[in-house]
Amino acid sequence: MKITRDQLMALLFLTPSFLLIVIFVYGFIGWTGWVSLSNWNTLMPDMSFAGLKNYIYLFGDYRFQADLRNTVFFTILFIGFVIILGLGLAILLDQTKKANALFRNIFLFPMALSFVVTGVVWQWLLNPSTGFNQFLQVFGIQPKWYTDTNILAGFQWGSIEFGLPVAMIAVVIAAVWQMTGFSLAMYVAGLTGIPDELREAARIDGASELQIYRKVILPMLTPITMSVVIIMAHISLKIFDLIYAMTGSGANFVTDVPGVYMFETTFRGNYYANGAAIAIIMLLLVAVFIVPYLINSRRGAS
Amino acid sequence: MVVRRIVKYTVLIAIALFFLTPVYVMLITSFKPLEEVSLSEMWALPSAIDFSSYTHAFSELAPNLMNSLYLVIPATLLSAILGAMNGYVLSKWRFKGSEVVFTMILFGMFIPYQSILIPLIQFLNKVGLYNSIAGLIFTHVVYGLPITTLMFRNFYANIPDSMIEAAQVDGASFLGIFRRVILPLSITGFVVVAIWQFTNIWNEFLFAVTITNNNAQPVMVALQNLSGSQIVQWNVQMAGALLAAMPTLLVYILLGKYFVRGLLAGSVKG
Repeated sequence: MKITRDQLMALLFLTPSFLLIVIFVYGFIGWTGWVSLSNWNTLMPDMSFAGLKNYIYLFGDYRFQADLRNTVFFTILFIGFVIILGLGLAILLDQTKKANALFRNIFLFPMALSFVVTGVVWQWLLNPSTGFNQFLQVFGIQPKWYTDTNILAGFQWGSIEFGLPVAMIAVVIAAVWQMTGFSLAMYVAGLTGIPDELREAARIDGASELQIYRKVILPMLTPITMSVVIIMAHISLKIFDLIYAMTGSGANFVTDVPGVYMFETTFRGNYYANGAAIAIIMLLLVAVFIVPYLINSRRGAS
Repeated sequence: MVVRRIVKYTVLIAIALFFLTPVYVMLITSFKPLEEVSLSEMWALPSAIDFSSYTHAFSELAPNLMNSLYLVIPATLLSAILGAMNGYVLSKWRFKGSEVVFTMILFGMFIPYQSILIPLIQFLNKVGLYNSIAGLIFTHVVYGLPITTLMFRNFYANIPDSMIEAAQVDGASFLGIFRRVILPLSITGFVVVAIWQFTNIWNEFLFAVTITNNNAQPVMVALQNLSGSQIVQWNVQMAGALLAAMPTLLVYILLGKYFVRGLLAGSVKG
């Protein structure tokens, strides 16, 4: 096989980045995996082999069990609201052509902010004795927001109470406020991509507006919904900064997530092997979503 | 019909107000002197505009704002240049296995950074870049590669192959085509990628808080510390949050079109 000068140059162009990725993504993941199997739970590195000890510890750990529960509920609520709100707003904007740009800009601007800024602001707005509670008092309710330790629809399983931690709702509100712009932008792009002739044809066939959305437009938006779910899932499974800035772990770990636990146990507590084990579990959770999606979308592309 | 229109606009306006509420509260709180920042008057306008919380927040955050600036400019430029090189090869000079290489690079976009953080810190310690802005620049360039490669690859996919072929017929080489054909057509691509990287790197927190302490800290870490330190002075915190958010908000306001294109380009298609 002969390689031309140009082909050689192309490979040369790609090599630095490829090597960086191989070392700093794959190599480092491997090293983290190795750390997670070690005894390094002090300030001094100790790479002696510990087997699955750190993983076994975690799955019996009350805090980590709470983290997994919280992640599940955060992910479901967060993705659900981001999709419903984003799609709903996109359809509304699609139907009301006036002042569209203005509304879009308003819904999108939180995307330009950092999760830390969002956390700081919403911490103030959802302060239990103030903020939105002053409106809600009118209706006779006064949530404790992120200081609430109650678990809704809770049931005991092992040492941990399952169910929806009420305090999580406060975090979800902030996260949805920040990320809805993303799904809105995706759906708006999707709706503009649907040719008007399709709607016309459906109208001529006697379909109502509602039917057009249900039978024609929504099915065409399915690939977009898939992308939104994937991107939001990987954000929510590794979320750290928003929760760290807004609530921290919360009383009785009601708003704790693996990202926060990993950070605190590794860099504040020097339990490096435990931290590495949390990180590997986080990676596996993300990979469950991402790998099939990547393989699938690559196959479709080539 | 009119009723339906009114309902639609009412819903839109109500949700728009909800989205703007945090901005309103941030603004009014940041202009209040501390004695007016009481829980019961949270929603009330300040009796007089008071800039003291801004001077306070600025004196606290100024060094960190500079750190963020020193970090974000080189990191954005370097990762964009590398992304353009990769995107050029992966869209116009594909080879056997290039799709696999691309997918391997792409995967790096989704990993939780917690899963590489411990070795990364060990590595930065070894090479003497721990707790330095240079270390953070390096980190953001490396972990920015997947997204910048993806964005440039999709961008270059829209440049017709026939242009490359025509240039080849004219005797242009790999580098010549990159310099004379691809780069001149890349300006929009660079703007979109640069805005995306600028926003992400400016707003990033996990690397910033674990790789740096005290004098090398970017602004988001300092903002977080501002809330953790003394008794919470909400007016100073809101002023600080606005100061820290200003650069990316300005980018959004001035270059919104490219910002949205970046959002969409980052959504893994193609």
